[in-house]
Amino acid sequence: MEFIDYYGILGLAKTATQEEIKKAYRKLARKYHPDLNPNNKEAEKKFKEINEAHEVLSHPENRKKYDQYGKDWKHADAYEEARKQQGQSQSRTGSGQRTQTGGEYAGDFSDFFESMFGGAGRQSSQTRFRGQDIQAELHLKLTDVSKTQQQTLTVNGKNIRLTFPAGIENGQIIKIAGHGAPGVNGGPNGDLYITFSIENNTSFKRDGNNLHSSVELDLYTALLGGDIFVNTFDGKVKLKVAPETQPGTIVKLKGKGFPVYKKDGEFGDLYITYTVKLPTGLSEEEKELLSTLKNKRTHENA
Amino acid sequence: MKTPSLIQIEQVCIHCKVDVSFIHSLHELGHIEVIMENDNHFITEEQLKALESMIYFHTELHINLEGVDAIAHLLKKIETLQDELTVTKNRLNAYLNE
Repeated sequence: MEFIDYYGILGLAKTATQEEIKKAYRKLARKYHPDLNPNNKEAEKKFKEINEAHEVLSHPENRKKYDQYGKDWKHADAYEEARKQQGQSQSRTGSGQRTQTGGEYAGDFSDFFESMFGGAGRQSSQTRFRGQDIQAELHLKLTDVSKTQQQTLTVNGKNIRLTFPAGIENGQIIKIAGHGAPGVNGGPNGDLYITFSIENNTSFKRDGNNLHSSVELDLYTALLGGDIFVNTFDGKVKLKVAPETQPGTIVKLKGKGFPVYKKDGEFGDLYITYTVKLPTGLSEEEKELLSTLKNKRTHENA
Repeated sequence: MKTPSLIQIEQVCIHCKVDVSFIHSLHELGHIEVIMENDNHFITEEQLKALESMIYFHTELHINLEGVDAIAHLLKKIETLQDELTVTKNRLNAYLNE
């Protein structure tokens, strides 16, 4: 655990007045507040530091203790003990709540702060605040999210059973209301935000609700047409290939794509791109037949 | 369908130490939906987080109503852009992995 320079965090000298502390805090909070910097972990970290520095320096008693014992914080307890023995300890009404409106960042202070001030360092307030929101990341495979499924997650030591509808996108964020940190002074709980990280474990390419895949045709099927079996997300289907199909031809299989999120029974489409595989290792007879064919085509086109 | 929990705006104002007129102004600007029932004004619990943020900007960070309005619009824009970015990234990854 390292000493934290709260003055340095707020860019102030040790002689700063309360007004200067307030001003510096506001200026930095406007810059780094997480609500003004969505999904910016660096800003969130910085804001917590600023908040903690403000919590200490804006309250005269905390500031006095910090100034006196800041660098020598390990002796702060002995200092407190001595004060109590002398009967000089002042009553504190604080019980771990924060003063700051917006309650989302309650209780998230450094070990240094907790060691030096504990719960009493935070000033008392009877105001009710929402609990802190919790961000979580859930890693799933594409095959997992192709069906509605239930998952049990452990949040704040409690198991919660959640149903995730089929069709969730990679990077999608789902809010589970009321499953964040508990509210302060009876305020509502925060929310749980789950960001989905979906790994594609299939040969299909996903573009929203549509899927894409390529299918290799042999030369003769491409030229003469025929029936083939192709893989879809839910099994094989028989497909009729038209005669003289060109490489790069795309066919659409309606409703064979990915499930549409929160629209039960609705699916995107599957787009199949044909590639043509030319035969190799031709026998002499095949070469002769192909030469005959070539001459016939050249002759007819001449 | 789940019935939304309603919170009386006067209660929010007492807790957050903000004037009722501030919430009504946010409503007029289209950032908060105020529900009226038997002459009482309510907001849904769903909106509480956004409202608390706006109150915080105003009371703690000393941003005036016009500033809060601009921030709220920009945050909505960021949200839309982030959604678009996610879709674009997913599409790009599909092609890069070809």
